[in-house]
Amino acid sequence: MASRSFPSPVPDPDTEAFWQAAKDGTFMIGSCRNCGEKHYYPRSVCPHCGSDDVTLVASSGTGEIYSWSVLRRADPPYAIAYVTLDDGPTMMTNIVDCDLDALAIGQRVELVFSPTEDEDGPPVPTFRPTAP
Amino acid sequence: MSINGKAYVAGVYEHPTRKAVDKSLAQLHAESALGALADAGLGKNDIDGYFCAGDAPGLGALSMADYLGLKLRHIDTTECGGSSYILHVGHAAEAIALGKCSVALITLAGRPRAEGMATGTAPRNYGSTSPDVAFEFPFGPTVVNMYAMCANRHMYEYGTTSEQLAWIKVAASHHAQHNPDAMLKKVVTVEEVVNSPMISDPLHRLDCCVISDGGGAIIVTSPEVARSLERPLVRVRGAGEAPKHQMGGAVDLTYSGARWSGAMAFEEAGVKPADMKYVSIYDSFTITVLMQLEDLGFCEKGQGGRLVSDGNLISGVGSLPFNTDGGGLCNNHPANRGGLTKVVEAVRQLRGEAHPAVQVANCDLALAHGTGGSLGTRHGAATVILERE
Repeated sequence: MASRSFPSPVPDPDTEAFWQAAKDGTFMIGSCRNCGEKHYYPRSVCPHCGSDDVTLVASSGTGEIYSWSVLRRADPPYAIAYVTLDDGPTMMTNIVDCDLDALAIGQRVELVFSPTEDEDGPPVPTFRPTAP
Repeated sequence: MSINGKAYVAGVYEHPTRKAVDKSLAQLHAESALGALADAGLGKNDIDGYFCAGDAPGLGALSMADYLGLKLRHIDTTECGGSSYILHVGHAAEAIALGKCSVALITLAGRPRAEGMATGTAPRNYGSTSPDVAFEFPFGPTVVNMYAMCANRHMYEYGTTSEQLAWIKVAASHHAQHNPDAMLKKVVTVEEVVNSPMISDPLHRLDCCVISDGGGAIIVTSPEVARSLERPLVRVRGAGEAPKHQMGGAVDLTYSGARWSGAMAFEEAGVKPADMKYVSIYDSFTITVLMQLEDLGFCEKGQGGRLVSDGNLISGVGSLPFNTDGGGLCNNHPANRGGLTKVVEAVRQLRGEAHPAVQVANCDLALAHGTGGSLGTRHGAATVILERE
């Protein structure tokens, strides 16, 4: 069985700061100074109010599984999920370091950065079940 | 201003191929166009409006206009994934109502089988300029696991079961047995669906649509042109379109844009879901059908499982006959896009030209609905309501 590897994301001017923070070990989400709403993925315009006065803020990195699915046909099978952060936004991710047969909606999870394929590539934000 | 009664579907064609190793992409578009023209009783030089989407080769409308030698005064290349062609019917009616064209051609074609594409289970990278790619592609989003997450959440919130989803496939298979062109003609049972291999929890192999090459075309005309032809009159009564996406992280996988596109189409047509004699519903997966039926208003939200059970979608058996050609689940899913064939079967039903075993009696009002993109991330919903005069 092959081991799971993550393609490296390609930063652009819009997201460079997010990926640099990830390299430094901090998981950021978008935040709007105008309306105060959080958003994900981060971008240059607030998708809630339309203001361009947006910034990045550190996330707690904790949340719960909104939905999940294990792609049994993949080698190796992996768990894709949407996680709803305690900070607000729901984001696409993978659940790692877990029993693929014991995932559940509502399960508490915490952030763990996973390394990616390129040597200089930033890590990606994945989640693992929170220890009981 | 409304498009109700301003345009007619005068010709439709579904390409019979399901694997087209011997045909080019442009050729499939062209053969589909000629088929729809012949069905309408029109010629190539009657076309003055052309509509196509992201599956068209090269520069899209320009490349196909060049290939076919079209002289046009209106083009529309709105790309909305597999729902594009349903949306194009509405746009064509708008253009015709405004006098921008009088004979509109809509084409679709693709050859994912001939090209060996891993359609459902391999992540698709839409390119690094797509702003979502860096935040999604590394996690392996595929067509099937995205829809699977919708199904999982729907089950969690509403108690929907795999057996209820399976009924959708069962109904499609009952229809496909009568379609000589269908890829899967074998009638299946609920047990066979839920016992087929798990592809991505909770979707089994038989919850998934077929992968096929092929294409199709639609001719939409002005009332004057339609009345000059020998074909039954199928009038466009209403249309609606809407995108749905993640709204900055306010993700809700339990409903689709059909909630909005359907409401717009019903309002424009001046009819309600209960008036529909037949429905064509996009069916990439069983869950796709269930969610769209709920969102179009055929039942209360969350009651889709009950609606589709016990053969209720089977023509001649249930109260809501759907996809009587076998749909994407059993018949055909050309170019991985299901919208165009949905219009084709609705028109066959309205004309009384569906297979006699699945023809709905007195079918005078029908709906075709599509989803393009992915219910799990971002998609375009398009609804059209058609009436036989």
